Amino acid sequence: MKKLVKGNIALCEGAIAAGLKSYFGYPITPQNEIPAYLSKKMIELKRVFVQAESELAAANMVLGAAVTGVRAMTSSSSPGISLKQEAISYMAGMELPALIVNVQRGGPGLGNISGSQGDYFQSVKGGGHGDYKLIVLAPNCVQEMYEMAYDSFDLAEKYRIPVMILTDGIIGQMMEPVDFNRPEREKLLIPNWALDGCKNRPPRSLKSLLMKDGDLEKHNFALQEKYKTISQNEVKYETFEISDADIIICAFGIAARISKSAVCLARKNGIKVGLFRPLTLFPFPSKEISELSQRFKNFLSVELNHGQMVEDVRLAVNGKANVEFLGKAGGGIVTELEILDKLKNFL
Amino acid sequence: MKNEIIIAGSCGQGVLLAGVIITQTAIEQNLHTTWFPSYGAEVRGGTANSTTIISNEEIGSPIASNPDVLVVLNELSLNKFMPTAKEDAVIIANSSLISSNIQCNPKTYFVALNDIADLEIKNIKSANMVAIGALLKILEKKHQDKTCVLTLENAFKACRKIFSQKSNLIESNRKALQAGYNFIV
Repeated sequence: MKKLVKGNIALCEGAIAAGLKSYFGYPITPQNEIPAYLSKKMIELKRVFVQAESELAAANMVLGAAVTGVRAMTSSSSPGISLKQEAISYMAGMELPALIVNVQRGGPGLGNISGSQGDYFQSVKGGGHGDYKLIVLAPNCVQEMYEMAYDSFDLAEKYRIPVMILTDGIIGQMMEPVDFNRPEREKLLIPNWALDGCKNRPPRSLKSLLMKDGDLEKHNFALQEKYKTISQNEVKYETFEISDADIIICAFGIAARISKSAVCLARKNGIKVGLFRPLTLFPFPSKEISELSQRFKNFLSVELNHGQMVEDVRLAVNGKANVEFLGKAGGGIVTELEILDKLKNFL
Repeated sequence: MKNEIIIAGSCGQGVLLAGVIITQTAIEQNLHTTWFPSYGAEVRGGTANSTTIISNEEIGSPIASNPDVLVVLNELSLNKFMPTAKEDAVIIANSSLISSNIQCNPKTYFVALNDIADLEIKNIKSANMVAIGALLKILEKKHQDKTCVLTLENAFKACRKIFSQKSNLIESNRKALQAGYNFIV
């Protein structure tokens, strides 16, 4: 039978099943269930749990663990994720696999502890300095918190890239029945680039400081090639009731849950609406949205912010369809009825 | 069938736990369900509420802006959530703490949850479970389609699961559920 757990706990279980070896964190609501749960569970499993002295320290400890080739993660919420950006940029530069979880809360600044989606730009457009990308996953239910945490490590290692799970205080705090259906990963190989002691082999190095003439330029080209490959291979999305739709709602995470209810409500009111939900925010399903814009002429981006993903929807649509926006930030939650009103005024 | 249930009160009254018990009961019956908490920083005092949604279809939003079931354990919560409830919503108000003269939906069930918990269970803290017992009986009477009605038996099962680490609490919670259930005739 499925187990009733919070999103934050399901995420921990997914990471543990995937072979998470070391967790480094610092408390902040609404993600505190993650360090609280792992502080007990990781010790029981004889794995590493460290409550660091700060977010900066925690993120850099993840970097330190990742260079040794073990599965490492950290988690925080919006203001804490801002503090981790330096290390995230370094990890992207050093091509280190790791998992970073952002259980978003209201911003800017210290904001409040309500769920929000205000960190879309920060997650998909960089966040730290330099030209880099993270793979960004956006779960919309507790089951996906578990599954995406589990899958994130394979993805991170496949491309040697930090993966971010971008979720929010609502998905993190809510409970739903979960099927813990993934096999426990036991014997994980240490990758052939890891710094695991150079006895009987030439020493290796991992760094993001590339001072020799032309090296950094070459490195950046290689990174961009990698991001291109990821964009070709790893896009994930879901559609709901789009075949006969007059309007397509684009939404991710919790906004997609609310939008799905709104689609059902709108259809009861005779408005043909469909839902397009990106599961990956980078790589963004631009090609798919572009194709849809050949057939569908109205798009509505629904977000718990003041218009972030809508910019990527507009880029993908590229003027071929009408794109509108509905959103709230700072803990405000868009309701199905508000979406319905917007849809009514659309046509 | 879909029920959007908000249970609200002050922190310490067990409104989050009450929601968890209903949610687990729904799982026991293979229904779709979500639970979402909302509370301030206080351990006691302040306001807290939980939203439980139960459906025989997949659930979209876990947030109920217009609940069809409202269980309120104090007057502050009644005043806050009554205006949001659907017109024909099932409302249980804790008359131990809420004056029955208060202006509200004529179909409101006034149940002296604290008094029942105190007199019958000898534990005032189980008022939340008394409320759940009463709610189960009301929904049982209301729903025509009995296949998706949450049963008291499954609520007992849910109790055993939720309190599996604190087994000394199972019996008094079971009794409180039963007392609430019996109160509604």
